[in-house]
Amino acid sequence: MIARLFAGLLLVLMAFAAQAIDPIQFKDAAEEARFQALAKELRCLVCQNESLADSTAGLAQDLRRDLIEQMRSGADDQQIKAYLTDRYGDFILYKPPVKPTTWLLWFGPAAMFAVALFVLIRIVRRNGPVAGDDAADIASGDWE
Amino acid sequence: MNSRILPFVGFLVLFALLGAGLVYVRDHNTSEVPSPLVGKPAPAFSLPVLNEPERVVDSRSFLGKPYLLHVFASWCYVCREENAVLMTEGRQMGVPLIGFDYKDEPSDATSWLKQFGNPYDVVLADLEGDVAIDLGVYGAPELFLIDAKGVIRYKHIGALTSDVVRTKLMPIIKTMEQEPSK
Repeated sequence: MIARLFAGLLLVLMAFAAQAIDPIQFKDAAEEARFQALAKELRCLVCQNESLADSTAGLAQDLRRDLIEQMRSGADDQQIKAYLTDRYGDFILYKPPVKPTTWLLWFGPAAMFAVALFVLIRIVRRNGPVAGDDAADIASGDWE
Repeated sequence: MNSRILPFVGFLVLFALLGAGLVYVRDHNTSEVPSPLVGKPAPAFSLPVLNEPERVVDSRSFLGKPYLLHVFASWCYVCREENAVLMTEGRQMGVPLIGFDYKDEPSDATSWLKQFGNPYDVVLADLEGDVAIDLGVYGAPELFLIDAKGVIRYKHIGALTSDVVRTKLMPIIKTMEQEPSK
């Protein structure tokens, strides 16, 4: 009984929280889904580890308002993103475009992994004892 | 020999990288987002004057001579310290200083200006922060230096100091004075 009461209370609170962050009245579920998807891909510039969908910062609120206004005036996702990157730079995108200045960001980890793999293979090849030699090596004290 | 020294070299490289990262973070404000609008024409806007909602100023009326657009707000703490710099040096820069009151209550802004001083030639009020988005503003204080053609020549994010005025703003203002204002 008490558990159920708590669950109910939690639901009510969650509904309030959702209302607090987005008092936007959506036309239909499709519009809401599109809005949420877009807001998740955009960074709040005040709290830089939060997306526009999550942030309660004043600027994020304004940008969400701007987002829905642009959506309703007929702009597609690309146009909205272009509008925002023209003003705030690629930084506002959680998924920055692949271009020379972001190559390091996109391919750096893979390049580092490749280098590590190469070094690992080289070390293993050079040091790799023939199967069955381990015991003899350890016994003779030759670790190299 | 070589294989023994290799891990140590690897460690040194990583260590140097981490050290460089720490030094970089100390000397740079990493939360600062450089504006892609610098070097491009400022988006045109029109805003009412603070406390005079019927008097709307169009940004195109500023064209023809350089001006400074300063984003501030009564809720912005750093703006208080910065205000002192604007009161003295801001007025001596030789260009109009336009205040841009960002997401504020007109009554708060008015008493704030009365308390700390009003260095501005005119104060425009963007109470909802809509025009600010168009200008790529993401906080206060921010300062735009806009030339006679309406191109943003410099943007300073964060507190304005005498140092910034001397080393960043004044050299640009000096070069702008040489340019034809057409």
